Amino acid sequence: MRIRIRHEITQRFDPGSRNMAVTVRLTPRSHEGQFILRWTLDLNSDCRLAAQEDAFGNLCHTFSVDGPTDHLSVVAEGEVETQDTTGVMHGTVERFPPSLFLRQTDLTEATPAVVAFAEGARLTEDDPLGQLHALMVALHETVEEQEGPALGGPLSAHAALEAGKACSGGIAHLFTAAARHLGLPARHISGYLAPEDPEEGEAKREGVGAARHWAEAYAPKYGWISFDAGRNLCGTEHYVRLAVALDAMGVAPLRSAGLEVEEQVSALDSRGPQKLAQAQSQN
Amino acid sequence: MPHAFDEMSSTDGSVRPAYETLQRWLASVPQDVLDHRRKEAEFIFRRIGITFAVYGEQNAQERLIPFDIVPRIITKDEWGTLSKGLEQRVKALNMYIADVYAKREVLKAGVVPENLVYQNPAFRPEMNGQRVPHDLYVHIAGIDIVRTDPDTFYVLEDNARTPSGVSYMLENREIMLRLFPELFSMHKVAPVDKYGDDLLATLRSLAPHGGHEPNVAILTPGIYNSAYYEHSFLADKLGVDLVEGRDLFVKDAVVYMRTTEGPKRVDVIYRRLDDDFLDPLVFRRDSQLGVPGLMSAYHAGNVTLTNAVGTGVADDKAVYSYMPDIIRFYLGEEPLLPNVPTWRCREPDHLKYVLEHLPELVVKEVHGSGGYGMLVGPASDKAQIEKFRAKLVADPANFIAQPTLALSTCPTMVEKGVAPRHVDLRPFILSGSDKVRIVPGGLTRVAMKEGSLVVNSSQGGGTKDTWVLDA
Repeated sequence: MRIRIRHEITQRFDPGSRNMAVTVRLTPRSHEGQFILRWTLDLNSDCRLAAQEDAFGNLCHTFSVDGPTDHLSVVAEGEVETQDTTGVMHGTVERFPPSLFLRQTDLTEATPAVVAFAEGARLTEDDPLGQLHALMVALHETVEEQEGPALGGPLSAHAALEAGKACSGGIAHLFTAAARHLGLPARHISGYLAPEDPEEGEAKREGVGAARHWAEAYAPKYGWISFDAGRNLCGTEHYVRLAVALDAMGVAPLRSAGLEVEEQVSALDSRGPQKLAQAQSQN
Repeated sequence: MPHAFDEMSSTDGSVRPAYETLQRWLASVPQDVLDHRRKEAEFIFRRIGITFAVYGEQNAQERLIPFDIVPRIITKDEWGTLSKGLEQRVKALNMYIADVYAKREVLKAGVVPENLVYQNPAFRPEMNGQRVPHDLYVHIAGIDIVRTDPDTFYVLEDNARTPSGVSYMLENREIMLRLFPELFSMHKVAPVDKYGDDLLATLRSLAPHGGHEPNVAILTPGIYNSAYYEHSFLADKLGVDLVEGRDLFVKDAVVYMRTTEGPKRVDVIYRRLDDDFLDPLVFRRDSQLGVPGLMSAYHAGNVTLTNAVGTGVADDKAVYSYMPDIIRFYLGEEPLLPNVPTWRCREPDHLKYVLEHLPELVVKEVHGSGGYGMLVGPASDKAQIEKFRAKLVADPANFIAQPTLALSTCPTMVEKGVAPRHVDLRPFILSGSDKVRIVPGGLTRVAMKEGSLVVNSSQGGGTKDTWVLDA
């Protein structure tokens, strides 16, 4: 499948701000099942972009906005060719052994409630892959996915569980928190989801809905496998993987010491009907 | 508890040679004169404003750390042994941290368990695979030493993040020189006042680029930090700028200081700010104390942070127990300074032993400091021990246990004259790109309460001037 992505972020600053340091994590990498055909990054301000790789192997760009200004706008745009690998990840950039991803963070804290939930999904037999699927099913039945931005909240594993409904980021946190508690390395993924039904796509996957967070967990013999508990499935060719980290903080597409951030995202099947392509070009 | 070794008096009542002159002098000076000098010392401390904030204490935002006017004496030979051991230890610490963030040989060889590194809150994934200038991580180390007999010095704790207390070492000496000049004429005491020059030379040697005179700054969290006095004291001693996060900015991966004459490049930052707060773009995003973009300048190799980010992975009390193996692994040498035997409660058989012997052990939190959250078995009643037992069982991996050591004692001025009190020692080890520098001595901390083994200033401990005899 060929997916066209456009991700625009507007970061507001205090009026008259100068020398604002910014890091963006907005460039996906290729791996088996995901090939980046073209990708560009555009800024509304003259800056010298320095490309870096973060600790997890994500591509980042850091720069400073001279100012004085009250906002920064970044547009990432490109096309990605994807193939279905039934969620099994191969050829990803790995900078750590899987055991690092047993590390809990503030957003994936194994609170007593999270521990109780994880224990409730524990299988008696030693079958990591079966365990991860059982966990995904249990989570899907317990926490309902909420329409809206990928990080619209509730965000932490605990808050997602308490509320019984959460954004895709919150569901990913609960999945990783519970998997780590069960001794299975798990990590947080940010990316994009293209619509399976082009008609639905126009309505749902334009705007905030196209940005999505899910999880990957490690099962010996298979490697890393993607789990989207909100949709109760492993990754398909409709998913484009952008960044990996321990939680949503680590995959943040833009970080700076600014005020509020607005995001506009679209991910569309670029082989789809002409009208969708037009709709997108008018964004 | 076994009888504690006294550094002045032998068990047979004779005075150990290093203390002979001091003992004679103490015996000859009337008590009221000593009392008067002690008051004078307190007055000077108050006037120069060297105070200490105790967290969690009401009505006492800042207070003086008690200063004891009786110096502690270490012979030249003893110091020779100590300083060699300290240098070896810090060398191994640096090699360990460099390895943990790069090739991880120590994990592959099974010397240190993986989870102790990867699940360690002080491990910084952000530092993985990043070179730091000169491959040095711990530039300023404070290694806590205790003594149990004439020949045995143990390392009690490694402090590889932002060890504090050096200002007390320097102030204590200055006050002693002022109050007791006659004592210095009777002893040949190695000077400590070159610490400022040593620190500045070390920091300059760590600059990422040669070519120009490196610009050094001290980064403080601000006046509300308990060690703010020390930050300003050191800036003053070194003649460098004391800055807060808002005084710095990053442009194109270079750090600048805002000055009245325009931006000035900064090459070395001696930061007294925890990792978590350094850069809101990488760590806690709510940090107002850090510098946005600092880590990108650091990763680009344009600034040196001392100590490096992520050094905490080497100094918690669980890693401590592996230090002898770490020294053997990297240096192929036996540790010159032994560790205190340590039970790791994370290991089931160790935990079993600890739970059976709580009344005789000291149990500490792995990440605790300042003497908080610990149990001193012999000094606790049944209820306290049982309460602690519950905490320990709930989270064993968070604790280690050690035998209750009979820490050495030194003569100390108390209400009723001079009496022995338990002491420890924190020497400061400076590792530059050119060499290692250690000022003779360090900060001696003393438990002012009779029989107490807790010397931490937050728990009512005091300090002493530490003399290393030059001859």
